[in-house]
Amino acid sequence: MASETELTPSSYIGHHLTYLTKQVGEGSFWVLHVDTLVTSVILGVLSFGFIWLVVRKATPGVPSKTQAFIELAVDFIDKEVKNIFHGDRHALVAPMALTVFVWVLMMNTMDILPIDITAKILENVFGLHNWKIVPTTDINTTFALALSVWFLMLFFNIKVKGLGGWLHELFCTPFGKSPLVWILNLLFNFIEYVSKPLSHALRLFGNIYAGEVIFLLLGMWAATGISGTIFGAILGAGWAIFHILVVTLQAFIFMMLTVVYMSMAHESH
Amino acid sequence: MNINFTLISQAIAFSVFIWFTVKFVWPPLLRAIEERQKTIADGLAAGERGRHELELASHRSSDVLKEAKQRATEIILQAEKRASEIVEEAKKTAKEEGDRIVAGAKADIEHEVFSAKESLRQHVADLAVAGAAKILRREVDAKAHADLLAAIQEDLK
Repeated sequence: MASETELTPSSYIGHHLTYLTKQVGEGSFWVLHVDTLVTSVILGVLSFGFIWLVVRKATPGVPSKTQAFIELAVDFIDKEVKNIFHGDRHALVAPMALTVFVWVLMMNTMDILPIDITAKILENVFGLHNWKIVPTTDINTTFALALSVWFLMLFFNIKVKGLGGWLHELFCTPFGKSPLVWILNLLFNFIEYVSKPLSHALRLFGNIYAGEVIFLLLGMWAATGISGTIFGAILGAGWAIFHILVVTLQAFIFMMLTVVYMSMAHESH
Repeated sequence: MNINFTLISQAIAFSVFIWFTVKFVWPPLLRAIEERQKTIADGLAAGERGRHELELASHRSSDVLKEAKQRATEIILQAEKRASEIVEEAKKTAKEEGDRIVAGAKADIEHEVFSAKESLRQHVADLAVAGAAKILRREVDAKAHADLLAAIQEDLK
């Protein structure tokens, strides 16, 4: 920002929405958003490393405050999973839900950091001109998660019901076994399978991206002078407080959908 | 906003984190929580058992108390009975003893009276003989009239 001579609203917003990219091969697909990947991996390593350090020394006796905190979070997630998923949840689904919730929550929470201050620090201390600090405003992240869940869903569908059972379900639900409705059933299931990852990924992306854009728009009040800056700061604070709810809620919804999809893969209609 | 290689890299990161959680985070914590649940359940069961035992013990103690009270009452009754028996016996013994003493005393008195009478009679006889001797002077030979004197003495008895 400091290097730009002329600062217009579109260049301000554009600057904040530009990725730090790296070309890893030929063609437009082989581009890597370094900022998204590095930020999310750092957040994941920090949070799961922290949890690991605590549970490594977990005692069945009186827990420390930190352990109690982790246990509260785990117990909360475990209860939600138990209500929805009726298999051996400890093998994969419950730890996966924990991973999704914690990681998405951490990535979403980056949204609350003041965008311009972090941008300044990244630029002046680390020399990074473009760095998007909220990985979940990158549609690649949300689709990566949603599609991973989707593939796991397909995998468990076939593993639990068998290929035949799954195909049977594709053709014979929800309208019945009659050959007349096979095509209709298949169409229905196809739409369902397409819409699942789309809604899963886009819900998270849309909410967090919109939140980010609103922060940017509020940040532009600073261009109107002192009183505008104060007004924008008050609005920004209000939006940030509200955003705490959005951030947590979206992480929770994302986790719940993950559990629901995994549960549907394990249970036949 | 375009889909690119980031998606694949993020999916890899995601699977690594899931693997890590499944492998290293979930099991130890679950173990700790389940172990604690077991401890708490055991503690609750022990508490329940203790409560039950306390109840039994209090029942037992009240039974023992009741029995002890009954025994005490019996003992007191027996003691009272025995005491009155002792008193009766003592009264009886005392009465017998008293009677015996009184009887002894009476016998003594009679004996004394008898011997007093005897000695008085002797005196009176002697006096009578002496008087008669004085009256008769020499006329009476004690030896010649011994049988007469004895007869007089016999009459005075």
